[in-house]
Amino acid sequence: MPGDERPEAGGNGRGYLGERGWRSWAFTLDHKRIGAMYLWTTTVFFLVGGVFALLLRLELLSPQARYFSNHTYNIFFTLHGAMMIFLFIIPAIPSGLGNFFIPLHIGARDVAFPRLNLASYWVFAAGFLVIIGSLVAPMDTGWTFYTPYSAKSAAAVTTLSLGIFLIGMSSILTGLNFIVTIHKLRAPGMTWHRLPLFIWGMYATSIIQVIATPVVGVTFLLLAAERVFGVGFFDPAKGGDPVLFQHFFWFYSHPVVYVMILPAMGIVSEVIPVFSRKPIFGYNAIAYSSLAIAFIGFLVWGHHMFTSAMSPLANAIFSFLTFFVAVPTAVKVFNWIATLYRGSITFESPMLYALTFIFLFIVGGLTGPFLGALATNVQLHDTYFVVAHFHYTMMGGTVMGFFAGLHYWFPKMTGRMLNERAARIAWALIFVGFNVTFFTMFVVGTRGMPRRYAEYLPKFQVENVISTIGSAVLAAGILVMCWNFLQGLRKGDPAPANPWRALSLEWRTASPPDTENFHEVPVVTDWPYGYGTPKA
Amino acid sequence: MAHGTGHSRSTGIAVFVALVLLTAVTVLVSYVDLGLMNAVVALLIASVKASLVALFFMHLKGESRLVWGFALVPIAFLALIIFGTLADTMLR
Amino acid sequence: MSGHTGEHADPAVAFESAKLGVWTFLATEVLLFGALFTAYTVFRMKYPEMFRAEHAKLDRVLGAVNTVVLITSSLMVVLGVDAIKRGKARLLEACFGGTILLAAVFLCVKYVEYSAKFHHGIFPRTNLFFSIYFMLTGLHGIHVLLGMGLLSYVIVLSRRGRLSADYFTPAEMSGLYWHFVDLVWIYLFPLLYLIG
Repeated sequence: MPGDERPEAGGNGRGYLGERGWRSWAFTLDHKRIGAMYLWTTTVFFLVGGVFALLLRLELLSPQARYFSNHTYNIFFTLHGAMMIFLFIIPAIPSGLGNFFIPLHIGARDVAFPRLNLASYWVFAAGFLVIIGSLVAPMDTGWTFYTPYSAKSAAAVTTLSLGIFLIGMSSILTGLNFIVTIHKLRAPGMTWHRLPLFIWGMYATSIIQVIATPVVGVTFLLLAAERVFGVGFFDPAKGGDPVLFQHFFWFYSHPVVYVMILPAMGIVSEVIPVFSRKPIFGYNAIAYSSLAIAFIGFLVWGHHMFTSAMSPLANAIFSFLTFFVAVPTAVKVFNWIATLYRGSITFESPMLYALTFIFLFIVGGLTGPFLGALATNVQLHDTYFVVAHFHYTMMGGTVMGFFAGLHYWFPKMTGRMLNERAARIAWALIFVGFNVTFFTMFVVGTRGMPRRYAEYLPKFQVENVISTIGSAVLAAGILVMCWNFLQGLRKGDPAPANPWRALSLEWRTASPPDTENFHEVPVVTDWPYGYGTPKA
Repeated sequence: MAHGTGHSRSTGIAVFVALVLLTAVTVLVSYVDLGLMNAVVALLIASVKASLVALFFMHLKGESRLVWGFALVPIAFLALIIFGTLADTMLR
Repeated sequence: MSGHTGEHADPAVAFESAKLGVWTFLATEVLLFGALFTAYTVFRMKYPEMFRAEHAKLDRVLGAVNTVVLITSSLMVVLGVDAIKRGKARLLEACFGGTILLAAVFLCVKYVEYSAKFHHGIFPRTNLFFSIYFMLTGLHGIHVLLGMGLLSYVIVLSRRGRLSADYFTPAEMSGLYWHFVDLVWIYLFPLLYLIG
């Protein structure tokens, strides 16, 4: 019976964490250790990127550029965006939690290519070192690096391009590994329809990573070539087209937002049934909607370019297709809510974050169509409405999902329990702080406040001050959460194998798991969502 | 797993001969002015050559549907990025 | 049994996994070159006369020679993989050695072409056609170079006795990569050299 077996435990009780020494980490082939390294690294970049955000909010207290020059402000929002996107939000769930839990979820001992997995981490490290190196002449282009400015800027664009190329390569290797792992290493009896929904989400994510990332890689290669060799793909003076850069850039950067959200949605699909003690409603719908989101996500990149003088036909097609991506997304939301309905709901910290995800992602998602419609896009493009939209989806969505996953899987990864009270206090601060920070941006955005400016019209000041106060509360919440994680690591209560009485395979291993995950490869006979029966 | 019969070697050589001949054809045709058809013919021949390489040298012939999927799906996305971009650049 | 080394218990699964892995990697390569093919298409459509005039400056004969060189190198790979499937390690090494040699010939021809262009004052920045020409063939050339390294590594493995009729995965997988490099050139050649 699930949850009944004696959990697998071995060694000195420290499982995969037992072996010590820096070499056992630097040269590890254990997916759990590689995942842990990614988690630490991406969390550091989350905090650094957050500091830049706080500096931006500090400056925005006053309508004039008071603390920083315009140029410095531009550098700050470029670094905030680039770090958060390339060094945190894209790798955090897939390469962090994904690496740790995909083999466990499918009943495998490791991923298909463990050495490639290690290589992906070191390529990532090389990438961020190169990116940090480029800070000698930091970028002020915004994280979108549009030509012609990026081609001519005095900043270290070429170095940065190389760094992002390496980060992209790491992403590709991770996605490649996961695709083959999911196809080939499932335990006996683990059919596709018995997979945890986190795996469906990660599979769809990996497809996007493999198909889309090479395009952005070449884009940055071409940007570097423009600066170094003087090629003119994006230079009007040489017959080139700056909008071509935007096509290439967004062909990746739109699908990549689904790289960001699909894993988080997968986590939500895991957490909601556990803390409702109910089977997930609409397993097939949720599974296939992940693939649908991945596919449709490739068709809509032009909706970032409506004001870039694309052809009217292109505008119309991209706008029309943009509305379709809402459909599979809504399917998921309805199924989660149906799962909650008449469930036996408890509000442990993972569940708090999962529910927060649903609420905030709905807000963020509903503000998408305003931007997808051509007429309103013209009004709202490059305003704070856009900033609010993507923070509600990326932070209210992905980051809340990430926090849910961290709290849910903390006992499994570390063998310790978190302090629930501290976790709830942190959650409350984060929830309130987040909404105060970002909801005001919808307001000033519709009233016309443009993004990426240190200065703004005085009529927007009240909302900006409120937003900055919100960001302080949000930061406090995150600090409490981080403190809670550190305290938990040092002196949390020992965690049982299955503190949440969950049914997916990772909970059959010890907390923390042994290096080889399972003593015997499990034989799977049922899906992992049989909650609410006497067995679970 | 060892299926090294003489069959695959002779197939390989036959495909090689076909590829060289097709190369010769495409070069010769390029000296004739067919207007727009030059591009069509050249790309058609290239696609036949590419198919031969994929089917025989890369063993796609006889592979599972899964491998065929991995081989063909990227081409669909390639078509997407080309035509999606052209929908803008050609119609401004 | 330690799961560290990633050796799957079943060699058949390991082979199929490796094959899927390589095809997935080739998918990324399709999109990598794909963006450049997109740029080619966009600019050809925009500047048809310029493309026609400039492409004539490329030497069709040298391009054709390189095409045949690569096709032959692919044949050598086919023969090499076939050899190791029959347990003939030395023959594999000879065939892959031949592939590397032909690859070197390819790169020499490209060197001759590039230096001729530079000598005539034609550089990547000269015009969009040559920007595309140099970027596409340059990226392809890098892949040829990397392929030479990969095939050399397979030869080293074979010389160490690590390959046999029962285990030839590195040879087969490197072969797949090499055929792809050939395949890209099969399109590059007409697009750059032949179409007016």
